[in-house]
Amino acid sequence: MSKSYFDETHCAFGHPKSTFMQWMLTIDHKRIGIMYAVVMFTFFFVAVAAALTMRFELFAPGQQFIEAHTFNQAFTLHGVVMVFLFIIPGIPAVFGNIVMPLMIGAKDVSFPRLNWFTFWLYIVGCIVALSSLFNFSIADGSLTFNFADTGWTFYAPYSLNTDTNVVSTLVAAFILGMASILTGLNFLVTIHRLRAPGMDFFKMPLFVWGIYATAWIQLLATPVVGITLVLALLEKYFGIGIFDPAKGGDPVLFQHLFWIYSHPAVYLMILPAFGIMSEIIPAFSRREIFGYRTIALSSAAIAGVGYLVWGHHLFTSGMSDLAKIIFSFLTFFVAIPTGIKFYDWIATMYKGKIVLDTPMLWALGTIITFAIGGLSGVTIAMIGADIHLQDTYYTIAHFHYAMLGGVVFLFFAGIHYWFPLVFGKMYSEAKAKFAFYTLFIGFNLLWFPMFIAGYYGMPRRYFDYLPEFQIYHQISFWGAIIFVSGLIYMFYVLIQGIRNGKPTTPNPWNATTLEWHLPSSPPPLENHTKVPYVDFRPYEYHHGQPVVKFDENMKRID
Amino acid sequence: MAHDSHEHDAHVYVPEIAIDRDGKEHVVQGWQGDYEGGKLGFWLFMLTEVLMFGAMFMVLTYYFTLHHQDFINASAGLNRVLGGVNTVVLLFSALTMGLGLLKMRSGDVKGAKLMIWATMLLAAVFLGVKAVEWTAEYHHGIFLGLDALQSGNEHSKPFGEILFFGMYFTMTGLHGFHIIIGIGLMLWLLKRINSGKVTPEHNILHFNIALYWDLVHLIWVFVFPYFYMIGAGDIAGGVIHGH
Repeated sequence: MSKSYFDETHCAFGHPKSTFMQWMLTIDHKRIGIMYAVVMFTFFFVAVAAALTMRFELFAPGQQFIEAHTFNQAFTLHGVVMVFLFIIPGIPAVFGNIVMPLMIGAKDVSFPRLNWFTFWLYIVGCIVALSSLFNFSIADGSLTFNFADTGWTFYAPYSLNTDTNVVSTLVAAFILGMASILTGLNFLVTIHRLRAPGMDFFKMPLFVWGIYATAWIQLLATPVVGITLVLALLEKYFGIGIFDPAKGGDPVLFQHLFWIYSHPAVYLMILPAFGIMSEIIPAFSRREIFGYRTIALSSAAIAGVGYLVWGHHLFTSGMSDLAKIIFSFLTFFVAIPTGIKFYDWIATMYKGKIVLDTPMLWALGTIITFAIGGLSGVTIAMIGADIHLQDTYYTIAHFHYAMLGGVVFLFFAGIHYWFPLVFGKMYSEAKAKFAFYTLFIGFNLLWFPMFIAGYYGMPRRYFDYLPEFQIYHQISFWGAIIFVSGLIYMFYVLIQGIRNGKPTTPNPWNATTLEWHLPSSPPPLENHTKVPYVDFRPYEYHHGQPVVKFDENMKRID
Repeated sequence: MAHDSHEHDAHVYVPEIAIDRDGKEHVVQGWQGDYEGGKLGFWLFMLTEVLMFGAMFMVLTYYFTLHHQDFINASAGLNRVLGGVNTVVLLFSALTMGLGLLKMRSGDVKGAKLMIWATMLLAAVFLGVKAVEWTAEYHHGIFLGLDALQSGNEHSKPFGEILFFGMYFTMTGLHGFHIIIGIGLMLWLLKRINSGKVTPEHNILHFNIALYWDLVHLIWVFVFPYFYMIGAGDIAGGVIHGH
């Protein structure tokens, strides 16, 4: 059997004998992607645990298990970990690393050693972020954590006044932001420089387009939040005054600077997810994607327009009416390219030979959940409605339908889709489908009641609530239990697949893009034996069969 | 980052050929020794620096419009002679840096190293002058954390001046930090030249550090007028107050 990237690797320096050190020092994009996945999903479960703690606490009005202050820290922990440690590195760090170079026929990313450095920068960021979790004290028999209690948005002036350990969280967010910038930079150069000969921009798979648009957001938006966090730190510890009203500073300015990044950041999360959708839909419909160019360009359009809409987070913060109207109007525009994508995906399935394997199930489920998430976003982009719904559970439900039901669901879709590529083995289809249905039901049960509770006025981030909201919280609670069980089961199925799944061929899904034309499964260290000449579109099917075929030297043979 | 990818023995780059259906050959671009890629990557990195300082300039502009007169008054108190000298020093250092790169490319490694040392010397002078300035300001009671820049005491300056000096120390401080990083990068570059890793043929590291230095001096070219020059009119009596 030929050697795979699990058997040998290139290292950043030296040639260590031990397997462990070879993983620590590896510059191979596939290994780095796997390490990202392991670390990210570990933290994902930490954040899930924090969320579940909150759901337990909210099962009934009044105090149950934790104190109000701890509750504030729990949602901060949940937000910080989910946003900065999990979903911002997210799909680019895992599949951008593993799959994108394979899709364009490259041997690695442009700067493999920078990639290695970036991964470790990310780890440093994670450690700093969670370091203050271990900074606790026990007084009077009760445990007091010193973790930040500001929410993941660090709004001034509270973040400047709180006694909790905001500094480590801010520093961590800055470091993680740098890692994100460097990932984006690496991918931009890779996509510009290392595409296989003949592959122009409109012959790239759509996932690569998603990564490309994302990388620009990472590069152009992250520095702004980076410097904002630095300014907040300098404000807190040196009193430079710019966010402090007592010195003439403007706390709303912090919100502007924060959202100039953090709103584009949600497109940074969703665009690669849309890319995964655009891979799965044609592969499991056995049909060429409908409107390739419109999907590709709508990614760019979302990235561009998404830059100009941050003000809709500040409708209740004090902003001129004219600015509100402009931001509201611009926000509606995001729905247009998003809608184009959705219609394109549905049109692709029309008259296709639809195969309902697990990745396709996840993609179809996401079409439902993200449609709800996206359209509810349009409702709160309306100024009048937003004044009522801002900072309620409605917004929370919208956000989670879009992020969890959009980004994370498609992340799971991608995991099931590229699983045989990465490991050369297959998970149990039947069990994976069961996991999907459990998660899908649990998800809707968990989040949909929050739309209603929020509409009736349940505020977000509240430790306590009026008795009339209890029913929504309890439905949510049972949804959360089903959802978390589904999560654990899904990962159990996947780990079983890694351990003793059946070996697969390099192209088990009959897909067309280059990552499915590798010589062996799992792929060898330096990917394709030979780089193909790309004179074809990425998703060419004829009567349900891939059109383009290669010989063993990656020369086209049809 | 971008620069050192080509010289590690384990990854010697063998150019590859892709063959299309007509049998025509096409050269495949690898990541190894990709000069254009190294340049592109660093230009993109410079873009992030521009955005970072850009955000601070935006904050500065916002408060300048809110507190026009305070800003001019505060600026009038800065030492324009020292600031001006520093501007000239930094411009000269950009010149020596550029000459060093030209010498490297034309094969004059010794001359290139001399120019890098000259750049480092000028950078140190810049930092020295900066230190003198900050010390003087400290002794005038103007520094982060001192009473004058706190609110609600008898020494408190007006809002606009507090904000001006807050941003002044932040931005010149971060700029100074970039100068220190630059000196570190140049020391590293010298080490790479001495060990033969950077040569007239493989000068991407030298190119990128020169690019970095250009950006650092370019940022100063904007920092200097914004902080030091807006209040200069007061001395000459040229600015009409109250708009």
